[in-house]
Amino acid sequence: MRMLAAMSGGVDSAVAAARAVDAGHDVTGVHLALSRSPESDRTGARGCCTLEDARDARRAADVLGIPFYVWDLAERFETEVIEQFVESYAAGRTPNPCVRCNERIKFAAVLDRALALGFDAVVTGHHARLDPDGTLRRSVDPAKDQSYVLGTLRPEQLTAARFPLGDSTKAQVRREAAERGLAVADKPDSHDICFISSGDTGGWLRQRIGSRPGPIVDSRTGQTLGEHDGTFAFTVGQRRGLRLGQPAPDGRPRYVLDISPVTSTVTVGSADELDIRRLVADRAVWPHEGTVSCQAQVRAHGGVVAAQAEARGDELVVTLAAPVRGTAAGQAVVLYDGDRVLGGGHIRATAG
Amino acid sequence: MTYLDHAATTPMRPEALAAYAAVLADTGNASSLHASGRRARRIVEESRETLAGVLGARPSDVVFTGGGTEGDNLALKGLYWARRRVEPARRRVLVSAVEHRAVLDTVQWLGAEQGAEVELLDVDAAGTVHPDTLAAAIERDPAAVALVSVMWANSEVGTVEPVAELAAVAHRHGVPFHTDAVQAFGQIPVTVGEDGPDAITVSAHKIGGPVGVGALVVRRGLVLEPLTHGGGQERDIRSGTLNTAGAAAFAAAASTACAQAPRESVRLAALRDRLVRRVQEKVPGAVLNGAGLSGSQRLPGNTHLTFPGCEGDSLLMLLDARGIECSTGSACSAGVARPSHVLLAMGASEEHARGSLRFSLGHTSCAADVEALVEAIGPVVERASRAGALAGMTGV
Ligand SMILES: Cc1ncc(COP(=O)(O)O)c(C=O)c1O
Repeated sequence: MRMLAAMSGGVDSAVAAARAVDAGHDVTGVHLALSRSPESDRTGARGCCTLEDARDARRAADVLGIPFYVWDLAERFETEVIEQFVESYAAGRTPNPCVRCNERIKFAAVLDRALALGFDAVVTGHHARLDPDGTLRRSVDPAKDQSYVLGTLRPEQLTAARFPLGDSTKAQVRREAAERGLAVADKPDSHDICFISSGDTGGWLRQRIGSRPGPIVDSRTGQTLGEHDGTFAFTVGQRRGLRLGQPAPDGRPRYVLDISPVTSTVTVGSADELDIRRLVADRAVWPHEGTVSCQAQVRAHGGVVAAQAEARGDELVVTLAAPVRGTAAGQAVVLYDGDRVLGGGHIRATAG
Repeated sequence: MTYLDHAATTPMRPEALAAYAAVLADTGNASSLHASGRRARRIVEESRETLAGVLGARPSDVVFTGGGTEGDNLALKGLYWARRRVEPARRRVLVSAVEHRAVLDTVQWLGAEQGAEVELLDVDAAGTVHPDTLAAAIERDPAAVALVSVMWANSEVGTVEPVAELAAVAHRHGVPFHTDAVQAFGQIPVTVGEDGPDAITVSAHKIGGPVGVGALVVRRGLVLEPLTHGGGQERDIRSGTLNTAGAAAFAAAASTACAQAPRESVRLAALRDRLVRRVQEKVPGAVLNGAGLSGSQRLPGNTHLTFPGCEGDSLLMLLDARGIECSTGSACSAGVARPSHVLLAMGASEEHARGSLRFSLGHTSCAADVEALVEAIGPVVERASRAGALAGMTGV
């Protein structure tokens, strides 16, 4: 098959491409340039789109002996991922840009272009398994599993995807990279948000959105406890950085319960008020009938809780057997049966 | 493999390769006083004389450099600094909008860091700088002009600029004129002439010599500040141990290329015309960019076509997969193709610029190369336009 390997410059995508080559496919590497003004060097583990990463990807492709190109998707990434990220925060939600990037860039713009250009599949270094029948499953490495950020992809987006790393642990991938002579074998993992290289999401958002002061209000008493200079600096469930002068009457820590950008109000309260037992998700991928018993995951590296899920039109209603804390609108909910992904959606509303 | 990227670099000519290998096998620093040094010195000077001969210059005008980029840097920075030292008011630097990055980035640096006022000269739809445009630009404040630089032939679309007339305009105002002749040299006659350019950049690897050797032809009396300081080997303008083998190979390539050019340019122009005709038969919408095929306004080996509705990136990748090598023009350091500044300066839309490819012919090109491209281009354009439609390219 003719395969397009998306190569970030990291170890995972390099080994994924190598495995596709070994499997006898005709592989072409592409590096996705997602930043309009890439920084020249990687500093620490943050970011993934520096010129150095592009060079690392090119070097890996050279070692594998495959053609390599850079695809400029910076504009697309700006409108589909970054702007949506900002809007979403400004609207009081907590988006996951990696989920969005997979939905709109990697398994949309890139996949569509690859298919139009005559490729049969797109290979990535995601840690997840994809069965021949199209079932997405968790990686064998629970610590590195990325099925959550792929869990909202539609079946037609997954049919042309290939994840050659799902059967390996990260340690095995690194060892294999070293054996193959790939210099990226011990390059640090990238984490955080790739387009916020400072790691300071609040500061980055303040620059994009500007200061919009408002009150921090107690959920029980309605009393104003403090001021903030923009709701975007908060996420539901956040405890640190509230800088409230006075302690709560019961002396227990307070958490962000709700964010209302229209009135620029942040509501805080005690931990038990954060408990969520029901979620409604929209833009759902849910090819199942009736009420399905399953396990729900609501954040990238969170655990799962037992749940019942049921489609209601385009939406998905999820009832949790035990409460989860600090789940915010904008995040994805992915539903599993053991290690199998059943489907998922984007949390629109939550209830205690 | 079908190599249609001779403007990027062209295979070494056998004469150059033989000279290169022979001299490399020999020891000798051309600055040493002993027999080995004298042998090397003799080779360098003979090479200089050969180059001077084909360029219509005097041997002492030829300054060996490490290639075209260095030659452009030396000419522009060296002239700017030297001029300002004598006349500090001369800070205007006029260059065409379609220069190679070796010129554009250099003058932008002079603007950002050295107080230069950089002005880009407009070109017409074919990429030509009109002498009137230059005259008008100079006349806005002639006493403040430090230098003018306009390339002899364009590296992307192959447009040959009216260098003699442009130089004459500059000289009327007492302003020195530099030209980057890296693409023109060896294809069309490039000579210093009576009232021609004061400095000319040439590079060996574009004419069948090795990479990393070039020359700046500097008319006598023109003062340049050096970029590098050291042993002062080349007239104190350029320091560094002389590249004897490179000079020998450059001279060998230059004398062959220039001797063959009258016949070769006719052969290549015919091949080029055939390429354009045959590609347009297969892809009727393909548009030729730059000057027309008839006349001498276009380099004989240059073809530059836009395939509406396609991205140049996609076309290049699909052709590469079929063993056909060409170029999308200016690639930036990350390897991301941006729309060519040359086409944009010629008035093309961003989409038109993005959809272009350069096919450049050279001394090893033959009819089979053209046929291989013609064979592949139809299906490649069809696929690329499917991808282009997804990216929102309208094809108009
Ligand atoms: C017009 C022009 N100027 C300068 C250069 C740079 O020459 P070199 O590769 O010898 O540094 C090139 C080659 O890309 C060129 O085409």
